[in-house]
Amino acid sequence: MQTIWAETFYLILKSIINFLKSETMRNLKFFATAIFATVLFVSCSNDDDNTPEPVNEEEVITTLTVTLTPNSGGMPVTLQTRDLDGDGPNPPVITSGNLTAGVMYNGTLVLLNETVNPPENITEEVEEEDEDHQFFYTIGGGLDVTTEYDNFDGEGNPLGTEFTLTAGTVSSGTLTFTLRHLPTKPNTGLGDAGGETDIAATFNVMVQ
Amino acid sequence: MHKYALLILLFSSITSISQNCDNTLSGRVTDLHDGSLLIGATLVVAGTDQAVQTDFDGKFVLSNLCNNTYSIQVSHPHCLTKGFSLKISGNTAKSFKLEHHLEELNQVTIEGKAYSNKSKTILENTISKEELERFSSGSLGDALNSLSGVSSLNTGNTVIKPLINGLHSSRVVIINNGVRMQDQEWGAEHAPNVDINSVGNLTLIKGAGALQYSGDAIGGVIVAESSKVPVKDSLYGKTLLTAASNGRGASLTSQLTKSYQNGWHATLQGTLKRFGDFEAPHYVLSNTGIFERNASFNVGLNRFDYSIEAYYSLFKNEIGILRASHLGGAQDQIRAINSDRPLIINDFTYQINEPRQDVTHHLARIKGFKRFDSFGKVSLQYDFQRNNRLEFDIRRGADSDKASLDLQLDTHTLLLDLDSHLTDAISLKTGIMGRYQNNFADPNTGVRRLIPDYDKYDLGIYALADYRLNDQWLLEAGGRFDYTYMDVFKFYRTSFWESRNYDQLFPEIVVEELDNQVLTNPKLNFYNGSGTFGAAYSFGEDYKLFFNYSIASRAPNPSELFSEGLHHSASRIELGDLRFNSEIGHKVSLTFQRDNDIFSFSVNPYINTISNFIVIEPTEIQQTVRGNFQVWEYRQTNAQLLGVDVDASYAFAKNFRLNNQFSLVKGYDRNRYEPLTSMPPVNTKNEIVYQNSEFNNIRLSLQSEYNFRQNEFPDNNFEVFIPETQTMEVVDLSTPPDAYHLFNFNSSIDFKATKTATLTVGFGITNVMNTSYRNYLNRLRYYADDLGRNFLFNLKINY
Repeated sequence: MQTIWAETFYLILKSIINFLKSETMRNLKFFATAIFATVLFVSCSNDDDNTPEPVNEEEVITTLTVTLTPNSGGMPVTLQTRDLDGDGPNPPVITSGNLTAGVMYNGTLVLLNETVNPPENITEEVEEEDEDHQFFYTIGGGLDVTTEYDNFDGEGNPLGTEFTLTAGTVSSGTLTFTLRHLPTKPNTGLGDAGGETDIAATFNVMVQ
Repeated sequence: MHKYALLILLFSSITSISQNCDNTLSGRVTDLHDGSLLIGATLVVAGTDQAVQTDFDGKFVLSNLCNNTYSIQVSHPHCLTKGFSLKISGNTAKSFKLEHHLEELNQVTIEGKAYSNKSKTILENTISKEELERFSSGSLGDALNSLSGVSSLNTGNTVIKPLINGLHSSRVVIINNGVRMQDQEWGAEHAPNVDINSVGNLTLIKGAGALQYSGDAIGGVIVAESSKVPVKDSLYGKTLLTAASNGRGASLTSQLTKSYQNGWHATLQGTLKRFGDFEAPHYVLSNTGIFERNASFNVGLNRFDYSIEAYYSLFKNEIGILRASHLGGAQDQIRAINSDRPLIINDFTYQINEPRQDVTHHLARIKGFKRFDSFGKVSLQYDFQRNNRLEFDIRRGADSDKASLDLQLDTHTLLLDLDSHLTDAISLKTGIMGRYQNNFADPNTGVRRLIPDYDKYDLGIYALADYRLNDQWLLEAGGRFDYTYMDVFKFYRTSFWESRNYDQLFPEIVVEELDNQVLTNPKLNFYNGSGTFGAAYSFGEDYKLFFNYSIASRAPNPSELFSEGLHHSASRIELGDLRFNSEIGHKVSLTFQRDNDIFSFSVNPYINTISNFIVIEPTEIQQTVRGNFQVWEYRQTNAQLLGVDVDASYAFAKNFRLNNQFSLVKGYDRNRYEPLTSMPPVNTKNEIVYQNSEFNNIRLSLQSEYNFRQNEFPDNNFEVFIPETQTMEVVDLSTPPDAYHLFNFNSSIDFKATKTATLTVGFGITNVMNTSYRNYLNRLRYYADDLGRNFLFNLKINY
C-alpha cells in the first residue's frame, strides 16, 4: 500500500520537476522576471475610480408606533419612538400620549425601517415568523392599566402585535414595549422568556 | 599468543600512566535539529582502537577509559563527522549532537542551528515539533500559550488569539513560512489562520527586534516555519490522530515528504479537524463546534548556492460562537451576566449554527535565493494571500442565512533581501519590501460595512547588522523605515459625521451625500521608523546576558480608524477615529539565562513604553429603539507595560525533571493613571516530567497551572434602567473572575512498528479535577464557564 502511494507521489513529483527544471538554472532570468512583476503590479493597481455602493441596513428598526384606538370610538392615542439614524449618535424621538380612565383600547404595533426609501414594514416579517417573536408589555411606576394579548402564533402562544389595553384609575407611570427574538415559548413573562431584545421602548404615560 | 602478550603489554602501559583505567563514557547521539536519535553513529576514540556504534536508542558505551582527555570522533552516514575533546574523570556521561543533512549544513554553520536566529539580542522561545504535536487538535494560540509571557485572548475556546507580554492583535505579527499573515488580524475575535500541524518549528520573539519581518510588532513576532527537508534520497512522513472526549471530536493530520540527493524535494500535508459542542464541567457550551480543513503543498530545489521553492496552503475554518453570547442591548447583558449558567443550553450537537465564523485563507508563495561569492545571499520572494471572512449573526426574515460580515482581503507582497558577511565578525541583513492590499466588503450583506473598502500600499526598507566582538560579546543594531498609504472609501452616517465635526474638519474628502449617509474618500499617509539596538554577552560555561532596546511604530488599523456602529458579538457600539496617528513603542528588555542540562533558567524583565497607544474604552450609554447600548470609543494615550517572565528547568534525579514558568505583566494608562484592560493576570505553571529513553522513550508529565485573579483593572461598568423592576442596575463588565488552579496530565510511549516506522501512543487529561472556572482573558467569560475535563488520546506514526 505504502509503495503504491510512494510511486504515485514520485510520478507526480517527477513531472513537476521536469516542468520546472527547464527554468531554474537561469537565475538571472528569474530575477529579471521578478523585477518585471514588481513594475507590473505597481502600475496595474491604480485602476479604480468606481465608488462602492452604499449599504442600507436591512434589519434596523427605526420606528415603533403604538396606536391605541378607544373601543367606544374617538381619537386614537399614538405612542411613537423614532430613531432615524439607527445605531448612530442621535437619540430616538419619543412622542407619548395620555389615556382616559376606564376606557378600553385596541392596540396595534407597527415597526418600520425608515432608513430605506420607501420605508420597510418590519411588522410583516415579525408576523410571518410569529413563533420566533413575542411582544411584552411592562407596566411600571404605579400606572394603573392592564393589557391582554390579542393575536397568537401558529402554536397558540402570544405574539402581541395586537393587544387590548384597559386604562384603570387616574395614575401615571411607564409603559414599556419589548420585542424579543427567539424567546422561549410559552413563558410567564420577560423574566423567563430569554431570547434577544429587538426593541425596548419606554413611554411615560398618564391616565386622566 | 603473541597477540595476547602485546595486549597485556599495551594494557599495562596504559595503567602505568594513570591508575584508574576502567572508566566508561556513556551517552547518546542525537540530531542537533530535532533531537531525534541517531542510530548507527560511529564513535572512535583517537589514540586507541576503540570504536563503537550507537544502538537502536542512539546510545553508546565506551569502556576502559582512563582519567584523561580524549579526542572522540563521531560520525554518521547522514551527518557531518565531528570531533570532540572530552575530559574523562570517573564514569562520565556525555551526549553528542550531530548536524543532520550533510548538504544543508554548509548553510547553517554560520548560525549553528537549522532554524536561524531571528534576533540575536532577544532571547527567543521556541516550540519544537514534539511539543507542537501535543497541540495537534488545538490551535496555534494553544501551543503559544505554553510559553512564558504568552497568554491568549479567547473568544470561547476555539478562537485563541496570542497575547505577548500583554499585547495582541495588530501589535503581534505572525510570519507563516516567511509570509506575514494578512488575515484581518486586527480583530480580537479573529484567530490566526495558521494550521498548527503545518508548523515544524515555532519561534517567539517578545519584541520588535526582528526588523527583517516588520517594524510594527510592538508586542512581538511569531515565526512559524515548516520542517527542513534533508538533502538526500528519502521518502518519509507522519500521520497523527488525536481524539478528544470534550467536544467529542478528532483531528487527523498527515504529511509526506519526498526528497532527493540532488536537492529536489516536495511535501504534501493536510489536516482535518472536527469537534462538536464543547462542555464546561456542568453544561454543554452550545454552538461551540469547529470544523477545520487545511492542506498545503511545497515543492522546491535546495542547493548550497541557490534554491527555488513554491508553496501553497489553504486554510478553511468554520467556528461556532457560543449561542448564549449573542445578545440584544444592555438589558440582555444584565440577564446574561447575572445568570450563573448560560441562558441557552441545548443538547450536544456537531451542527454549527449562527452565530458563527467561516474563514478561508489562501497563501501562495514563490521564493528563491542565489549566493554570490562577492556580496552574499540574495533572496527574492513573492507571496499572495486571499482571506475571506464570513461572519453569520442571528438574523430575521430573508436575511437569516446571509452573512453579516463578508470581507475579502487580497495581499501581494514582494520581498528582496540580502544577507552578507562584511567581515568574519560582521554580518549584515538588508532588504526592501513592497506590498499592495485590497479590502473588499461585500455590500450584499445588508449590514453597513464594518471595515470599508480600501487599497493600501506599503513600502519598507531595513538594515540589520550584528558584530561579533569576541567569544563573549555580540552587538546588534538595525533600522527600518515603512511608508503606508491608504486610499479608502468609507460611508459615514450623516449623524455621526456631523457629531464628530468631521463635516467641518474634512469637507474635502466628501465624495457624495446620500439621504442619511456620506460617502468619503480619506487618503492617509503614515511614515514609520523603527530601530533596534542590543548586545549579547556570554560568560562562565553556561551563562548569557541579553540586552535589547527596540523602537517600533505601528500605523492604526482599519478598525481603529473606521469603526462606526454596533459590534454584535460584543453587544456594544464601537467608534474609531479618522485622525489617529501611529503608535510608537519603546521596549527595553533584559534576559539573564543559564543553559545547562541539569539546571537551566532564564529571567526576562522588560518595560514597554508606548506613546499614542490606541485603547478602546466606554464613554457613554446610547439609546436606540433596540434599547440601550454602551458606546466604546477608541482613544490614543500613553501606556506603559512592565513585567517579568521566568522559566526554569531542573533535572533533580535521573529521568526526572521539574519545569517552572512564571509570568507577570502590569499595564497602565499613564494619562489617566489607571490600569489597562485585559491585562493577563499573574500565572505560574509547574510541571514534573518523567522521561525514560531506555524504556520506549516513555514520558509522563503532570502540570499544575495557577492563574491568579487580576487585581488591577479599569472600571467599565455602567448602569441601565430595567423596566420590569423600575430600577437602575449595574452591568458589571469589569470585575475579573476568581483565581483558578488546573491540573493537566500527559503521557506518551514509543513503539517500533517496523524497521522504519515508529508508533507513538499518547494519552492526556486536561483539567483533571473538572474545575469550573472563568478566564479573565476570555471574551465570553460573562456568559459561561470555561472547558471542563478533557481526555485526549493520540496516535502518531512516523514512517
